Amino acid sequence: MKPLLEISFSSFAAQFDKWLNGVVSNSFIVLVAELVVTGVCLLAFLVLLCFFLGYMERKVAGFIEIRLGPNRVGPKGSFQIVADTVKLLFKEGITPSSSDKFLFHLAPVIVVTAAMLAVAPIAFASHFQVYDISIGVLYVSSVSSVAVIGILMAGWSSYNKYSLLGAMRSGAQIVSYELSVGLSLISIVILTGSLRISDIVMSQENGWWLFKGHIPILISFVIFLIASTAEINRAPFDLTEAEQELTGGYHTEYSGMKFAMFLLAEYINLFVVSAIAATIFLGGWMPFHLGHWHAFNSIMDWIPSSLWFMGKTLFIVFIIMQFRWTFPRLRIDQLLNLEWKYLLPISMVNTILVTVMAIMGWHF
Amino acid sequence: MFLKDYFSTIYKSVSSLLTGMKLTGYYFTHPKEIQTEEYPDNRATLTMFDRFKGEVTMPHDENNEHRCTGCQACEIACPNGTIKIITKQELQPDGKKKKAIDAFIYRLEMCTLCNMCISSCPSDAIKMGQTFEHSVYDKKQLTKILNKPGSKIMEGVE
Repeated sequence: MKPLLEISFSSFAAQFDKWLNGVVSNSFIVLVAELVVTGVCLLAFLVLLCFFLGYMERKVAGFIEIRLGPNRVGPKGSFQIVADTVKLLFKEGITPSSSDKFLFHLAPVIVVTAAMLAVAPIAFASHFQVYDISIGVLYVSSVSSVAVIGILMAGWSSYNKYSLLGAMRSGAQIVSYELSVGLSLISIVILTGSLRISDIVMSQENGWWLFKGHIPILISFVIFLIASTAEINRAPFDLTEAEQELTGGYHTEYSGMKFAMFLLAEYINLFVVSAIAATIFLGGWMPFHLGHWHAFNSIMDWIPSSLWFMGKTLFIVFIIMQFRWTFPRLRIDQLLNLEWKYLLPISMVNTILVTVMAIMGWHF
Repeated sequence: MFLKDYFSTIYKSVSSLLTGMKLTGYYFTHPKEIQTEEYPDNRATLTMFDRFKGEVTMPHDENNEHRCTGCQACEIACPNGTIKIITKQELQPDGKKKKAIDAFIYRLEMCTLCNMCISSCPSDAIKMGQTFEHSVYDKKQLTKILNKPGSKIMEGVE
């Protein structure tokens, strides 16, 4: 059976490239133009996605807490987030008088940039990536830890004890949970033998790693979810903001659009983490296939690959949101105990198990 | 022993986390559990629960008769001085005089809805009403006379 849409994202991109090459002869200008177009498209997509995720978060929170969520602005409250954005746009951006002005203004930019950089190697649809870098997994895990510099910068430059405490906590948290995230990513890299995102997706053509990799991969999937929730500073690991203790953590002193940029970065990070989890463990844009059931498989192929990717990503996003609205926040010592006493030893043993599994060829 | 504790901690924490997620997942997938009242929109169908205390009211029957004897027990019981009862002497058909209420003055702006007047009333003359939309522009409108004009005491209530 043919796919639902004749035009896929990849063929559209190829046609655009062909058209631009026909119009402009200079290849350098073509490259620059394509980079600009890609950047603008990605930016627009991410901002729209953040609107959607903000709305989804509120609705999920509402339904979990037996409320309705936003339901006044627009149909079913869907324009609530637009109203909030307009409110933030019109707010005064206050800079504390004793703050380090340069770092204070730079910090939100760094946080957003780090979040957006990590989007580059994500495969949105079949053969549709911004940059299929050969070390994709390594790139994502390294770039996403740059954000901690922005957070530390924000906390330091605010000249506020709450901000600094929040930033220090964030540093401790990200540095420790990075290890578990890395080890659980490595377990898939061991099985795939490649760091390239497209290779990892293609290796799941006959089944997703979550099903092919038996219990060790299931464990590393759970560890990845927990550790990456901690890495993007979301509840129940939101010690960096901890409203009740630190009023707002590292972004206490930020207001207006600079605060909105932190919010944007939070949702982009949420998307990136979910997209990586969906790509690595759930097969990215690969449709769900069941053995030799050809009829079932062809129906699954009929659904466009971009929908598969978004569906899986939103599923992971939902799970992370459910974490947030179910569990109470951890104390800082509990947080570090969880990482160093439980997640890290388990994921180390797990990595050994996966290695043995890969050597003996026990996976499907 | 250490390993046993270690793994039992993991097992206990994972199972308790899953219990929590099961509950929130249940709430998420069952929108009928939602408790929110969309108040100004559902004004027509809104019913308050039985024990809701909105204001003190004096029920009158179809003959415009109430049960208040004017004993002033509520006035004494009220901690805020919310209730003021003005009595009069009414001439009975048999020529005797009998005490009856002229005005049952109730000041809603001073009332804390503590229910002490209602529990002290020996003849069940006053009750808590269900209305709660009391906002007015003038404070004077909150001082109410609860007995309706021309009303008299019900037959048989002493």
